[in-house]
Amino acid sequence: MAINKVVAGAQEATTGIEDGMTLMLGGFGLCGIPENCIAEMVKMNVTGITCISNNAGVDDFGLGLLLQKKQIKKMVSSYVGENDEFERQMLSGELEVDLIPQGSLAERCRAGGAGIPAFFTPAGYGTEIAEGKEVREFNGKPHILESALTADFAIVKAWKGDTAGNLVFKATARNFNPMMAMAGKITIAEVEELVEEGELDPNTIHTPGIFVQRIFQGTGYEKRIEQRTVRQKG
Amino acid sequence: MALDKVGIAKRIAQELRDGWYVNLGIGIPTLVANFVPQDITVEFQSENGILGMGPFPFDGEEDADLINAGKQTVTLMPGASIFDSATSFAMIRGQHVQLTVLGAMEVSQDGDIANWKIPGRMVKGMGGAMDLVASAENIIVAMMHTNKKGESKLLPSCSLPLTGVGCVTRIITNLAALEIKNGAFHLLERAPGVSVEEIKAATAGELVVPENVPEMKID
Repeated sequence: MAINKVVAGAQEATTGIEDGMTLMLGGFGLCGIPENCIAEMVKMNVTGITCISNNAGVDDFGLGLLLQKKQIKKMVSSYVGENDEFERQMLSGELEVDLIPQGSLAERCRAGGAGIPAFFTPAGYGTEIAEGKEVREFNGKPHILESALTADFAIVKAWKGDTAGNLVFKATARNFNPMMAMAGKITIAEVEELVEEGELDPNTIHTPGIFVQRIFQGTGYEKRIEQRTVRQKG
Repeated sequence: MALDKVGIAKRIAQELRDGWYVNLGIGIPTLVANFVPQDITVEFQSENGILGMGPFPFDGEEDADLINAGKQTVTLMPGASIFDSATSFAMIRGQHVQLTVLGAMEVSQDGDIANWKIPGRMVKGMGGAMDLVASAENIIVAMMHTNKKGESKLLPSCSLPLTGVGCVTRIITNLAALEIKNGAFHLLERAPGVSVEEIKAATAGELVVPENVPEMKID
Protein backbone atom coordinates (compact mmCIF):
# COMPACT_ATOMS: atom_id res chain seq x y z
CA MET A 1 0.00 0.00 0.00
CA ALA A 2 1.22 3.46 -0.92
CA ILE A 3 1.62 6.34 1.53
CA ASN A 4 -1.70 8.14 1.87
CA LYS A 5 -1.62 11.90 1.24
CA VAL A 6 -5.33 12.63 1.30
CA VAL A 7 -6.69 15.57 3.30
CA ALA A 8 -10.33 16.55 3.68
CA GLY A 9 -10.32 19.72 1.61
CA ALA A 10 -8.79 23.14 1.01
CA GLN A 11 -9.04 24.14 4.68
CA GLU A 12 -7.02 21.19 5.96
CA ALA A 13 -4.67 21.36 2.97
CA THR A 14 -3.70 24.97 3.63
CA THR A 15 -3.11 24.48 7.36
CA GLY A 16 0.26 25.93 8.32
CA ILE A 17 0.35 28.65 5.68
CA GLU A 18 1.33 31.74 7.66
CA ASP A 19 1.86 35.44 7.12
CA GLY A 20 5.10 36.29 5.36
CA MET A 21 5.61 32.87 3.77
CA THR A 22 6.82 32.21 0.24
CA LEU A 23 4.36 30.27 -1.90
CA MET A 24 4.54 28.81 -5.40
CA LEU A 25 1.29 28.65 -7.34
CA GLY A 26 0.96 26.70 -10.58
CA GLY A 27 -0.84 27.98 -13.64
CA PHE A 28 -0.37 29.94 -16.84
CA GLY A 29 -2.77 32.84 -16.95
CA LEU A 30 -5.94 31.37 -15.45
CA CYS A 31 -5.19 27.94 -16.93
CA GLY A 32 -4.35 25.27 -14.36
CA ILE A 33 -4.53 27.48 -11.26
CA PRO A 34 -5.39 26.06 -7.81
CA GLU A 35 -8.78 27.78 -7.54
CA ASN A 36 -9.86 26.11 -4.28
CA CYS A 37 -6.70 26.93 -2.34
CA ILE A 38 -6.69 30.52 -3.57
CA ALA A 39 -10.27 30.92 -2.35
CA GLU A 40 -9.29 29.37 0.98
CA MET A 41 -6.34 31.75 1.42
CA VAL A 42 -8.64 34.70 0.77
CA LYS A 43 -10.82 33.36 3.60
CA MET A 44 -7.82 32.75 5.92
CA ASN A 45 -6.65 36.30 5.23
CA VAL A 46 -3.00 35.28 5.31
CA THR A 47 -0.93 38.39 4.51
CA GLY A 48 2.55 39.54 3.53
CA ILE A 49 3.02 36.56 1.25
CA THR A 50 5.49 36.23 -1.59
CA CYS A 51 3.90 34.50 -4.58
CA ILE A 52 6.02 32.77 -7.18
CA SER A 53 3.64 32.37 -10.11
CA ASN A 54 4.10 32.92 -13.84
CA ASN A 55 1.23 35.44 -13.86
CA ALA A 56 -0.83 37.39 -11.34
CA GLY A 57 -4.38 36.52 -12.37
CA VAL A 58 -6.98 39.06 -13.46
CA ASP A 59 -8.72 41.67 -11.32
CA ASP A 60 -11.46 39.40 -10.02
CA PHE A 61 -10.01 35.90 -10.39
CA GLY A 62 -6.92 33.85 -9.66
CA LEU A 63 -4.24 35.68 -7.68
CA GLY A 64 -6.16 38.89 -8.38
CA LEU A 65 -8.42 37.84 -5.49
CA LEU A 66 -5.46 37.91 -3.07
CA LEU A 67 -4.21 41.18 -4.56
CA GLN A 68 -7.60 42.80 -4.03
CA LYS A 69 -7.30 42.13 -0.31
CA LYS A 70 -3.65 43.26 -0.29
CA GLN A 71 -2.48 39.87 0.96
CA ILE A 72 0.51 39.73 -1.39
CA LYS A 73 3.74 41.54 -0.51
CA LYS A 74 5.77 40.42 -3.50
CA MET A 75 5.14 38.76 -6.87
CA VAL A 76 7.80 36.73 -8.66
CA SER A 77 6.53 36.31 -12.24
CA SER A 78 7.38 36.53 -15.93
CA TYR A 79 4.31 38.46 -17.09
CA VAL A 80 1.79 40.42 -15.07
CA GLY A 81 -0.49 42.26 -17.51
CA GLU A 82 -4.30 42.13 -17.52
CA ASN A 83 -4.70 43.26 -13.92
CA ASP A 84 -5.55 46.88 -13.00
CA GLU A 85 -5.30 46.41 -9.23
CA PHE A 86 -1.87 44.85 -9.71
CA GLU A 87 -0.78 47.86 -11.74
CA ARG A 88 -2.09 50.28 -9.11
CA GLN A 89 -0.29 48.51 -6.24
CA MET A 90 2.92 48.17 -8.24
CA LEU A 91 3.03 51.83 -9.27
CA SER A 92 2.23 53.01 -5.72
CA GLY A 93 5.02 50.86 -4.33
CA GLU A 94 2.73 48.72 -2.16
CA LEU A 95 3.65 45.62 -4.12
CA GLU A 96 7.17 44.41 -4.90
CA VAL A 97 7.59 42.74 -8.26
CA ASP A 98 10.46 40.57 -9.44
CA LEU A 99 10.20 39.89 -13.17
CA ILE A 100 12.02 36.83 -14.43
CA PRO A 101 12.29 35.42 -17.98
CA GLN A 102 9.72 32.64 -18.25
CA GLY A 103 12.18 29.87 -19.09
CA SER A 104 14.46 30.92 -16.24
CA LEU A 105 11.49 30.93 -13.87
CA ALA A 106 10.53 27.39 -14.91
CA GLU A 107 14.11 26.14 -14.64
CA ARG A 108 14.70 27.87 -11.29
CA CYS A 109 11.69 26.02 -9.87
CA ARG A 110 12.82 22.76 -11.42
CA ALA A 111 16.35 23.31 -10.04
CA GLY A 112 14.92 24.07 -6.59
CA GLY A 113 13.16 20.74 -6.54
CA ALA A 114 16.02 18.84 -8.12
CA GLY A 115 18.81 19.87 -5.72
CA ILE A 116 20.62 22.07 -8.26
CA PRO A 117 21.46 25.32 -6.42
CA ALA A 118 22.12 27.40 -9.54
CA PHE A 119 22.67 27.13 -13.30
CA PHE A 120 23.91 29.21 -16.22
CA THR A 121 21.50 30.35 -18.93
CA PRO A 122 21.90 32.67 -21.93
CA ALA A 123 18.48 34.24 -21.26
CA GLY A 124 18.76 37.85 -20.18
CA TYR A 125 22.47 38.30 -20.91
CA GLY A 126 23.17 41.95 -21.82
CA THR A 127 19.85 43.11 -20.32
CA GLU A 128 18.94 44.61 -16.95
CA ILE A 129 18.05 41.09 -15.77
CA ALA A 130 21.77 40.30 -15.78
CA GLU A 131 22.72 43.16 -13.46
CA GLY A 132 24.71 41.89 -10.48
CA LYS A 133 24.76 38.31 -11.78
CA GLU A 134 27.86 36.31 -12.55
CA VAL A 135 28.58 36.01 -16.28
CA ARG A 136 30.54 33.14 -17.75
CA GLU A 137 31.26 32.09 -21.30
CA PHE A 138 30.49 28.57 -22.47
CA ASN A 139 31.18 27.54 -26.08
CA GLY A 140 31.98 31.16 -26.88
CA LYS A 141 28.61 32.43 -25.67
CA PRO A 142 27.98 34.47 -22.49
CA HIS A 143 25.61 33.06 -19.87
CA ILE A 144 24.31 34.41 -16.56
CA LEU A 145 24.07 32.57 -13.25
CA GLU A 146 20.53 32.04 -11.99
CA SER A 147 19.74 30.53 -8.59
CA ALA A 148 17.20 27.88 -7.67
CA LEU A 149 13.80 28.77 -6.18
CA THR A 150 12.00 26.92 -3.42
CA ALA A 151 8.89 27.71 -1.40
CA ASP A 152 7.39 27.05 2.02
CA PHE A 153 4.34 25.72 0.21
CA ALA A 154 3.83 24.86 -3.45
CA ILE A 155 0.19 24.77 -4.47
CA VAL A 156 -0.63 22.99 -7.70
CA LYS A 157 -3.72 21.97 -9.63
CA ALA A 158 -4.00 18.68 -11.50
CA TRP A 159 -6.71 16.96 -13.53
CA LYS A 160 -6.50 13.59 -11.78
CA GLY A 161 -4.66 12.44 -8.74
CA ASP A 162 -4.59 9.35 -6.56
CA THR A 163 -4.39 8.85 -2.82
CA ALA A 164 -0.61 8.39 -3.12
CA GLY A 165 -0.26 11.90 -4.52
CA ASN A 166 0.48 10.86 -8.11
CA LEU A 167 -0.73 13.52 -10.54
CA VAL A 168 -1.92 13.70 -14.15
CA PHE A 169 -2.43 17.08 -15.77
CA LYS A 170 -4.72 17.94 -18.67
CA ALA A 171 -3.49 19.76 -21.77
CA THR A 172 -1.79 23.11 -21.14
CA ALA A 173 -3.06 23.23 -17.56
CA ARG A 174 0.20 21.35 -16.88
CA ASN A 175 2.52 24.38 -17.45
CA PHE A 176 4.41 25.29 -14.23
CA ASN A 177 2.60 22.82 -11.98
CA PRO A 178 5.06 19.87 -12.21
CA MET A 179 8.18 21.96 -11.43
CA MET A 180 6.49 23.80 -8.60
CA ALA A 181 5.28 20.52 -7.12
CA MET A 182 8.95 19.50 -6.91
CA ALA A 183 10.09 22.76 -5.28
CA GLY A 184 7.71 23.08 -2.33
CA LYS A 185 8.80 22.12 1.20
CA ILE A 186 5.15 21.12 1.47
CA THR A 187 3.28 20.60 -1.78
CA ILE A 188 -0.49 20.76 -1.88
CA ALA A 189 -2.24 19.28 -4.91
CA GLU A 190 -5.89 20.00 -5.61
CA VAL A 191 -7.35 17.78 -8.30
CA GLU A 192 -10.57 17.61 -10.28
CA GLU A 193 -10.84 13.88 -9.72
CA LEU A 194 -9.27 11.97 -6.84
CA VAL A 195 -9.02 8.21 -7.34
CA GLU A 196 -7.79 5.26 -5.29
CA GLU A 197 -4.19 4.10 -5.54
CA GLY A 198 -3.73 1.72 -8.44
CA GLU A 199 -6.37 3.35 -10.59
CA LEU A 200 -3.94 5.58 -12.48
CA ASP A 201 -1.68 3.88 -15.01
CA PRO A 202 1.88 4.30 -13.60
CA ASN A 203 3.12 4.85 -17.17
CA THR A 204 1.05 7.99 -17.58
CA ILE A 205 1.82 9.80 -14.32
CA HIS A 206 3.31 13.27 -14.82
CA THR A 207 4.19 14.08 -11.20
CA PRO A 208 5.18 11.16 -8.94
CA GLY A 209 3.56 11.17 -5.50
CA ILE A 210 6.88 11.72 -3.69
CA PHE A 211 6.60 15.42 -4.57
CA VAL A 212 3.12 15.79 -3.07
CA GLN A 213 2.42 15.94 0.68
CA ARG A 214 -1.31 16.78 0.66
CA ILE A 215 -3.97 16.03 -1.93
CA PHE A 216 -7.70 16.66 -2.12
CA GLN A 217 -10.50 16.72 -4.65
CA GLY A 218 -11.50 20.32 -5.35
CA THR A 219 -15.02 21.54 -5.97
CA GLY A 220 -16.79 24.04 -8.18
CA TYR A 221 -14.03 24.65 -10.71
CA GLU A 222 -14.82 27.75 -12.68
CA LYS A 223 -11.97 27.39 -15.22
CA ARG A 224 -12.34 30.86 -16.61
CA ILE A 225 -11.13 31.55 -20.15
CA GLU A 226 -9.05 34.69 -20.43
CA GLN A 227 -9.04 35.09 -24.22
CA ARG A 228 -11.87 33.19 -25.86
CA THR A 229 -10.87 32.85 -29.51
CA VAL A 230 -12.92 30.75 -31.95
CA ARG A 231 -13.45 30.24 -35.68
CA GLN A 232 -16.73 29.68 -37.46
CA LYS A 233 -17.61 26.41 -39.19
CA GLY A 234 -17.81 26.26 -42.97
CA MET B 1 2.07 50.26 -51.32
CA ALA B 2 3.38 49.39 -47.88
CA LEU B 3 2.29 46.03 -46.50
CA ASP B 4 -0.41 45.68 -43.86
CA LYS B 5 -0.08 43.22 -40.98
CA VAL B 6 -1.43 40.36 -43.08
CA GLY B 7 1.05 41.23 -45.83
CA ILE B 8 3.94 41.10 -43.36
CA ALA B 9 2.71 37.71 -42.13
CA LYS B 10 2.47 36.41 -45.72
CA ARG B 11 6.03 37.51 -46.46
CA ILE B 12 7.33 35.87 -43.26
CA ALA B 13 5.55 32.65 -44.20
CA GLN B 14 7.84 32.53 -47.26
CA GLU B 15 10.77 32.11 -44.85
CA LEU B 16 9.38 28.83 -43.43
CA ARG B 17 11.10 25.60 -44.47
CA ASP B 18 9.86 22.04 -44.54
CA GLY B 19 10.39 20.17 -41.25
CA TRP B 20 10.88 23.22 -39.06
CA TYR B 21 9.56 23.70 -35.54
CA VAL B 22 8.51 27.32 -35.19
CA ASN B 23 7.61 29.57 -32.25
CA LEU B 24 5.34 32.49 -33.12
CA GLY B 25 5.00 35.46 -30.79
CA ILE B 26 1.86 37.44 -30.06
CA GLY B 27 0.48 39.88 -32.66
CA ILE B 28 1.59 39.86 -36.31
CA PRO B 29 3.68 36.67 -35.80
CA THR B 30 0.55 34.71 -34.84
CA LEU B 31 -0.93 35.48 -38.29
CA VAL B 32 1.95 33.65 -39.99
CA ALA B 33 0.30 30.31 -39.15
CA ASN B 34 -2.48 31.14 -41.64
CA PHE B 35 -0.11 31.31 -44.62
CA VAL B 36 2.11 28.23 -44.40
CA PRO B 37 2.95 27.14 -48.00
CA GLN B 38 0.90 24.10 -49.06
CA ASP B 39 3.93 21.97 -49.98
CA ILE B 40 5.73 22.08 -46.63
CA THR B 41 5.10 20.80 -43.10
CA VAL B 42 5.96 22.87 -40.05
CA GLU B 43 4.92 22.44 -36.42
CA PHE B 44 4.13 25.38 -34.17
CA GLN B 45 5.49 25.46 -30.63
CA SER B 46 3.74 27.44 -27.94
CA GLU B 47 5.98 28.07 -24.93
CA ASN B 48 3.26 27.30 -22.39
CA GLY B 49 3.62 23.68 -23.47
CA ILE B 50 2.40 22.71 -26.95
CA LEU B 51 4.14 21.27 -29.97
CA GLY B 52 1.78 20.91 -32.91
CA MET B 53 -0.55 23.78 -32.07
CA GLY B 54 -3.62 24.05 -34.31
CA PRO B 55 -6.03 26.86 -35.18
CA PHE B 56 -8.64 28.41 -32.89
CA PRO B 57 -11.41 25.95 -31.93
CA PHE B 58 -14.84 26.04 -33.51
CA ASP B 59 -17.39 28.07 -31.59
CA GLY B 60 -18.61 25.96 -28.67
CA GLU B 61 -15.62 23.58 -28.73
CA GLU B 62 -13.21 25.78 -26.76
CA ASP B 63 -11.44 24.19 -23.79
CA ALA B 64 -10.25 26.30 -20.82
CA ASP B 65 -7.40 23.81 -20.34
CA LEU B 66 -6.03 24.31 -23.86
CA ILE B 67 -4.57 27.74 -24.53
CA ASN B 68 -1.57 29.25 -26.28
CA ALA B 69 1.08 31.54 -24.79
CA GLY B 70 -1.20 34.51 -25.53
CA LYS B 71 -3.84 32.81 -23.33
CA GLN B 72 -6.12 32.32 -26.35
CA THR B 73 -8.09 29.11 -26.76
CA VAL B 74 -6.50 26.86 -29.41
CA THR B 75 -6.61 23.27 -30.70
CA LEU B 76 -4.07 20.51 -31.23
CA MET B 77 -3.00 19.10 -34.61
CA PRO B 78 -2.72 15.33 -35.11
CA GLY B 79 0.67 14.30 -33.71
CA ALA B 80 0.75 17.14 -31.19
CA SER B 81 2.32 16.80 -27.77
CA ILE B 82 1.94 18.57 -24.43
CA PHE B 83 4.65 19.21 -21.86
CA ASP B 84 5.55 21.33 -18.84
CA SER B 85 7.16 24.78 -18.96
CA ALA B 86 10.68 23.55 -18.11
CA THR B 87 10.57 21.05 -20.98
CA SER B 88 9.20 23.75 -23.26
CA PHE B 89 12.09 26.07 -22.58
CA ALA B 90 14.52 23.16 -22.86
CA MET B 91 13.30 22.89 -26.46
CA ILE B 92 13.90 26.61 -26.93
CA ARG B 93 17.21 26.98 -25.08
CA GLY B 94 18.47 23.69 -26.46
CA GLN B 95 17.94 25.04 -30.00
CA HIS B 96 15.51 22.34 -31.03
CA VAL B 97 13.18 25.04 -32.37
CA GLN B 98 14.41 26.24 -35.76
CA LEU B 99 12.70 29.61 -35.99
CA THR B 100 11.34 32.25 -33.65
CA VAL B 101 9.17 35.07 -35.00
CA LEU B 102 8.39 37.95 -32.69
CA GLY B 103 7.46 41.62 -32.61
CA ALA B 104 9.70 44.47 -31.46
CA MET B 105 9.65 48.12 -30.45
CA GLU B 106 13.25 48.66 -31.61
CA VAL B 107 15.98 46.70 -33.36
CA SER B 108 19.59 47.84 -33.65
CA GLN B 109 21.99 47.34 -36.56
CA ASP B 110 23.94 44.94 -34.33
CA GLY B 111 20.88 42.75 -33.92
CA ASP B 112 19.89 43.90 -30.43
CA ILE B 113 16.16 43.85 -29.74
CA ALA B 114 13.98 45.83 -27.31
CA ASN B 115 10.39 44.67 -26.94
CA TRP B 116 9.39 44.40 -23.30
CA LYS B 117 9.67 47.62 -21.38
CA ILE B 118 9.13 51.35 -21.80
CA PRO B 119 10.54 53.35 -18.86
CA GLY B 120 7.84 55.30 -17.06
CA ARG B 121 5.06 53.01 -18.22
CA MET B 122 3.54 49.97 -16.54
CA VAL B 123 5.92 47.07 -17.07
CA LYS B 124 4.08 43.86 -17.79
CA GLY B 125 7.11 41.60 -18.01
CA MET B 126 9.17 39.85 -20.61
CA GLY B 127 7.30 36.55 -20.57
CA GLY B 128 9.34 34.09 -22.62
CA ALA B 129 10.88 36.67 -24.96
CA MET B 130 14.31 36.82 -23.29
CA ASP B 131 14.69 33.05 -23.34
CA LEU B 132 13.55 32.90 -26.97
CA VAL B 133 15.87 35.59 -28.32
CA ALA B 134 18.89 34.43 -26.31
CA SER B 135 18.71 30.94 -27.74
CA ALA B 136 17.15 30.81 -31.20
CA GLU B 137 19.60 30.53 -34.08
CA ASN B 138 17.13 32.11 -36.43
CA ILE B 139 15.08 35.08 -35.26
CA ILE B 140 12.77 37.05 -37.52
CA VAL B 141 11.33 40.29 -36.22
CA ALA B 142 7.90 41.24 -37.56
CA MET B 143 7.09 44.91 -37.09
CA MET B 144 6.20 48.24 -38.61
CA HIS B 145 9.25 50.09 -39.94
CA THR B 146 8.39 53.20 -37.91
CA ASN B 147 6.54 53.85 -34.66
CA LYS B 148 3.29 55.77 -34.24
CA LYS B 149 5.20 59.05 -34.21
CA GLY B 150 6.79 58.13 -37.55
CA GLU B 151 10.22 57.52 -35.99
CA SER B 152 12.40 54.71 -37.25
CA LYS B 153 12.42 51.46 -35.26
CA LEU B 154 15.63 50.33 -37.05
CA LEU B 155 18.32 52.16 -35.11
CA PRO B 156 22.10 52.43 -34.71
CA SER B 157 21.50 51.30 -31.11
CA CYS B 158 18.33 50.66 -29.08
CA SER B 159 17.18 53.39 -26.70
CA LEU B 160 14.76 51.17 -24.76
CA PRO B 161 15.77 48.46 -22.25
CA LEU B 162 17.02 45.41 -24.17
CA THR B 163 15.40 42.01 -24.46
CA GLY B 164 18.48 40.44 -26.04
CA VAL B 165 21.78 41.36 -27.67
CA GLY B 166 23.10 40.54 -31.14
CA CYS B 167 20.37 38.03 -31.83
CA VAL B 168 18.08 39.27 -34.63
CA THR B 169 19.00 37.92 -38.03
CA ARG B 170 16.13 39.12 -40.18
CA ILE B 171 13.42 41.80 -40.12
CA ILE B 172 10.24 41.92 -42.17
CA THR B 173 8.47 45.29 -41.98
CA ASN B 174 5.64 46.98 -43.83
CA LEU B 175 8.30 48.51 -46.11
CA ALA B 176 11.07 45.96 -46.53
CA ALA B 177 12.79 42.66 -45.87
CA LEU B 178 16.20 43.14 -44.30
CA GLU B 179 19.05 41.03 -43.02
CA ILE B 180 21.34 42.02 -40.15
CA LYS B 181 25.05 41.22 -40.57
CA ASN B 182 28.40 42.90 -39.95
CA GLY B 183 26.79 45.63 -37.86
CA ALA B 184 24.37 46.92 -40.49
CA PHE B 185 20.91 46.44 -41.95
CA HIS B 186 21.15 44.92 -45.43
CA LEU B 187 18.17 45.58 -47.67
CA LEU B 188 16.94 42.37 -49.31
CA GLU B 189 13.55 43.29 -50.79
CA ARG B 190 11.17 46.22 -51.08
CA ALA B 191 7.47 45.93 -50.28
CA PRO B 192 5.36 46.22 -53.44
CA GLY B 193 5.46 49.80 -54.75
CA VAL B 194 7.82 51.03 -52.01
CA SER B 195 10.96 52.82 -53.21
CA VAL B 196 14.49 52.41 -51.88
CA GLU B 197 14.40 56.11 -50.98
CA GLU B 198 11.36 55.61 -48.75
CA ILE B 199 13.13 52.75 -46.96
CA LYS B 200 16.31 54.80 -46.55
CA ALA B 201 14.30 57.67 -45.09
CA ALA B 202 12.60 55.35 -42.58
CA THR B 203 15.81 53.61 -41.46
CA ALA B 204 17.89 55.43 -38.84
CA GLY B 205 20.58 52.75 -38.55
CA GLU B 206 23.21 51.98 -41.16
CA LEU B 207 21.54 50.59 -44.27
CA VAL B 208 23.42 48.70 -46.95
CA VAL B 209 21.59 48.86 -50.27
CA PRO B 210 22.66 46.55 -53.10
CA GLU B 211 22.50 47.73 -56.70
CA ASN B 212 19.37 45.77 -57.42
CA VAL B 213 16.63 45.52 -54.77
CA PRO B 214 13.84 43.20 -55.93
CA GLU B 215 10.22 43.79 -55.03
CA MET B 216 8.54 41.26 -52.70
CA LYS B 217 6.20 38.78 -54.30
CA ILE B 218 3.09 38.62 -52.12
CA ASP B 219 -0.01 36.66 -53.21
